[in-house]
Amino acid sequence: MNLTTTPILSIITFLPLLGVLCIAFLPSTPAGDRNARWIALYATLFTFVISLLIWLNFDPTTADFQFVEEHAWLGPLRYKMGVDGISMLFVILTTFLMPLCILASWESVNHRVKEYMIAFLVLETLMIGVFCALDLILFYLFFEAGLIPMFLIIGIWGGKRRIYASFKFFLYTLLGSVLMLIAMLAMYWQAGTTDIPTLMQTEFPRDMQWWLWLAFFASFAVKMPMWPVHTWLPDAHVEAPTAGSVILAAILLKMGGYGFLRFSLPMFPLASHELAPLIFVLSVTAIIYTSLVALAQEDIKKLIAYSSVAHMGFVTMGIFTFTHQGIDGAIFQMLSHGIVSAALFLCVGIIYDRMHTREIAAYGGLAARMPIYAFCFMVFTMANVGLPGTSGFIGEFLTMLGAFQANTWVAFLAATGIILSAGYALYLYRRVVFGPLEKQSLMNIADMKPREIAIIAPLVILTIFFGFYPAPLLDVMAVSVKNLVMNYQAAIGQAAAVAAQ
Amino acid sequence: MIYLAIVFLPIVGALIAGLFGRFIGARASEFITTGLLIIATVLSWVAFVRVGFDAETARVPVMRWITSGELDIAWSLRIDTLTAVMLVVVTTVSALVHVYSIGYMHEDPSRSRFFAYLSLFTFAMLMLVTSDNLLQMFFGWEGVGLASYLLIGFWYTKPEANAAAIKAFVVNRVGDFGFMLGMFGLFFVFNTLNFDPLFEATAQAAGKSFNFLGYEVDILTTLCLLLFMGAMGKSAQFLLHTWLPDAMEGPTPVSALIHAATMVTAGVFMVARLSPIFEYAPTALEVVTLVGTVTAFFAATVGLVQNDIKRVIAYSTCSQLGYMFAALGVGAYSVGIFHLFTHAFFKALLFLGAGSVIHAMHHEQDMRNMGGLAGKIPITWAMMLIGTLALTGVGIPHVAGFAGFHSKDAIIEATFAAHTPGNFVFWVLVFTAFLTAFYSWRLVFMTFHGKTRAAPDVFKHAHESPWVMLVPLFVLAFGAVVAGFVFAPYFIGESYAEFWGKALFTAPSNHILHDMHHVEEWVYWAPFLAMASGFALSWIFYVQAPWLPEATARTFRPIYLFLLNKWYFDELYNWLFVRSAKGLGRFLWKAGDGAVIDGTINGTADSVQWTTGRVVKLQSGYIYHYAFAMLIGVALILTYFLRSLVMTGGAGQ
Repeated sequence: MNLTTTPILSIITFLPLLGVLCIAFLPSTPAGDRNARWIALYATLFTFVISLLIWLNFDPTTADFQFVEEHAWLGPLRYKMGVDGISMLFVILTTFLMPLCILASWESVNHRVKEYMIAFLVLETLMIGVFCALDLILFYLFFEAGLIPMFLIIGIWGGKRRIYASFKFFLYTLLGSVLMLIAMLAMYWQAGTTDIPTLMQTEFPRDMQWWLWLAFFASFAVKMPMWPVHTWLPDAHVEAPTAGSVILAAILLKMGGYGFLRFSLPMFPLASHELAPLIFVLSVTAIIYTSLVALAQEDIKKLIAYSSVAHMGFVTMGIFTFTHQGIDGAIFQMLSHGIVSAALFLCVGIIYDRMHTREIAAYGGLAARMPIYAFCFMVFTMANVGLPGTSGFIGEFLTMLGAFQANTWVAFLAATGIILSAGYALYLYRRVVFGPLEKQSLMNIADMKPREIAIIAPLVILTIFFGFYPAPLLDVMAVSVKNLVMNYQAAIGQAAAVAAQ
Repeated sequence: MIYLAIVFLPIVGALIAGLFGRFIGARASEFITTGLLIIATVLSWVAFVRVGFDAETARVPVMRWITSGELDIAWSLRIDTLTAVMLVVVTTVSALVHVYSIGYMHEDPSRSRFFAYLSLFTFAMLMLVTSDNLLQMFFGWEGVGLASYLLIGFWYTKPEANAAAIKAFVVNRVGDFGFMLGMFGLFFVFNTLNFDPLFEATAQAAGKSFNFLGYEVDILTTLCLLLFMGAMGKSAQFLLHTWLPDAMEGPTPVSALIHAATMVTAGVFMVARLSPIFEYAPTALEVVTLVGTVTAFFAATVGLVQNDIKRVIAYSTCSQLGYMFAALGVGAYSVGIFHLFTHAFFKALLFLGAGSVIHAMHHEQDMRNMGGLAGKIPITWAMMLIGTLALTGVGIPHVAGFAGFHSKDAIIEATFAAHTPGNFVFWVLVFTAFLTAFYSWRLVFMTFHGKTRAAPDVFKHAHESPWVMLVPLFVLAFGAVVAGFVFAPYFIGESYAEFWGKALFTAPSNHILHDMHHVEEWVYWAPFLAMASGFALSWIFYVQAPWLPEATARTFRPIYLFLLNKWYFDELYNWLFVRSAKGLGRFLWKAGDGAVIDGTINGTADSVQWTTGRVVKLQSGYIYHYAFAMLIGVALILTYFLRSLVMTGGAGQ
């Protein structure tokens, strides 16, 4: 297959929709439900396998966009897709996690199975689209439309307070989006194009950069989420079904970080430079504040949700150090968190399916009955703590290494996060897995089933593999990140030269 | 090849026992892990001879690790004399502990897991001591921390064990906080974390300053102190020591391996490894000496009154680590490492001996319920005696003595030669030697001599341990007797330069190793006197006049309670950090997230709902239909709006 002429990005983006088409015509019977599961699994697996072709054929020596497709669409708007070293890995992460999500929902979702599978497949299309889109409006459509299936997943298949959670999620994210849309229109008026690669070369006036930056920030900060607009996340996670939490934590949160890297940094370098202190303050606050809050949680999912916010704090901090290590670390942290947080939520799902409670106090002593589970959960706990030898360490280390070069106070305060994360993560593990097995309800709890092992095992392997050998990921992003840093420095240098005159 | 085998055989064992333990059975797991460790030990001694006596050094690349911009870190092994010394210490003690554990743990149902953890620990420790850059050292550093956490909490149904495990991990993380900042700083200044380029560059940075947290500070002093914070955590030095006594909740072989002979010495190793940096940071070295001295004294005072046999030895370990740091701080790196080397033998011996006592007494650890055991378990008694003789440093100056005599007295001499203000380091350490002798003999007398205080049936059933536990004791006892006088010439004596090669760095102005051999005659006899009087006093207290300890405790009750409660550090920290962190977390959650942030958001949402006239009932359950319709509507309107905008915009150009 010649990938330069094959529209491979469009194929993987819209392949899940093919699955949707098939599922839509199934009858709403138990047999139909079963078929819906299998079709969804095959569609996502197939998408994943094809997406690997992108990685295999990816040229890591150039910072240019690759596999570019461009077609006319809606008047002057263009349908343009392409990936570079920053976005490609997020595409793979998405396609990799989707089959696991389908598998994780195999038994736990029993009503409206067809609709559930359709929602997930549509969501996959939209998420891949976000990372591939090279046109402002196209990006916006994918970015915003992704809200709908997620909203539905929480609202229909969620827990008791799903309505409250889904609305909170929805209101929060929509508010930011409106501002982003206005900024996009302004950019179009200024530059006369919605083409992202062209916009990256465009120099916006300094004052305008500020407004545009803030408008984009409003949207991305909510998505990340950054402190103090993070409070939708714990509620959304708690109420979402397991697979919904997985996608939320692993992919949807990454859109914020990706947005900063794709728009804020390259398009508004001056504003980024001047507003970096704001990001630092919010990031460091997120790391310390949410880690402390995590310490006080009584609901497993909430605790992990808060720890996600803290981990995303490292990401935003890393991005705005404008150093190679910081940005490498931020991207790596996002990918690693995509694996680890997904795994942690899956782990919660495994015991939730058995006990139907997320209350920490309802557990204790699982190690005695569930040794395999205890082992897997330990690996992910350690990755969450950022132990060297797990993927969680690389990102944290690199972002803080970058932060030290930008500002020693930022690195100093962020580093307290490694103490706090050890506290809340081990405290959780102790209360759930260790201790005596005393609760009557837990006496017959069963260890992981083959299906569950099949879901978790790849995540265990990747967590450890990338901890020891992160090169496959770091090599892919190296040139693109270098290019990003150089362009940023050139823009700052130029502005400084102008100011000096 | 031999080096790769030494480092990676233990992890092979750990993986086999850990992943397949339930299929192959506990017995097979024991044999595989122990067998591999014994092979690694033999290879280590081969390596020790090659490196130490044939002056071979090597660098073995393994594979890439982190590449990001100018940062380039690889997995690779650095083999020099310092590494070789650590290799033999780690593998020897580990192999013996593996063998011992076969006997000690024979009743435990999850032995496979235990042996997997032991081997995992050994692997991480070997990665630490063979690292060629700071980051790999940090990997090993955290790896041993993980193994320590898992092994302290091995009996996971015990709440105290879990609490101790978390405490050990988190307190170590406080140290690691400094370690990491030190690494960031080194990279910031020197653009590398690999040892060779780093060591070449440090001399030029001496005396220069940089901005850290808003202050202009000396580069090397600051970074060394940050790194030393890591060492303080791992080696349980004063202020970060609180985890070590609690770590005794773990099985006793673990205490011997991790919390006496190997892991806790990682901090000492780190400072020695970084001697090319520390040598140019004299202020940092003074802090190292101070912290070491204070720890040596503090831990010894607490050790005087503890009643748990393992805790006495734990505080003793803490105190001896203080000695090692005191030596490093005055620039006598090889002396510190020598004490590390000898200490590994006799302290592992004491712990395993204590384990044998506990085994005999059916898991009784309180010395108040022992006494008179010498006749019941004579071999263990003899071994503990040898360990005590070595620890207290019994020997005749200028002639020979047990292992501890050669290394500990050398430290005391070195601190005298360093001429600290008022020679206080010297005097404190001599006094501490007195305390050491007192608490060590107290342990022996309370456990083995006098009339027994044990319950009659426990005492009646007290039995000597099986051979599989005794043989490791013999080997360690042999080391505790001979390791001192055999190796002293190489580590700190005339063959010093050839033995160490370039592994340890001393600045041209550092003459401490020469000076310490030329101190006044009485300096050699001071620790001897301290040791002897400590023994004598202990004998009076616990053999001659057994009513004396209680009377003393009553007379000096405040001091007694102060020591018994370990200077109240646990209470202080619990109040200062643990409770306040939890309280703050709860406050931020309820007040910050709940009242302030969500309060604002919900207020906004409520008013929006009010203006829409509550068209939709939230309780109806069909809210998502509405949302769906609304979103699609929004999308359509926007698309239309955009399109017209774009059209007019396009026409305008």
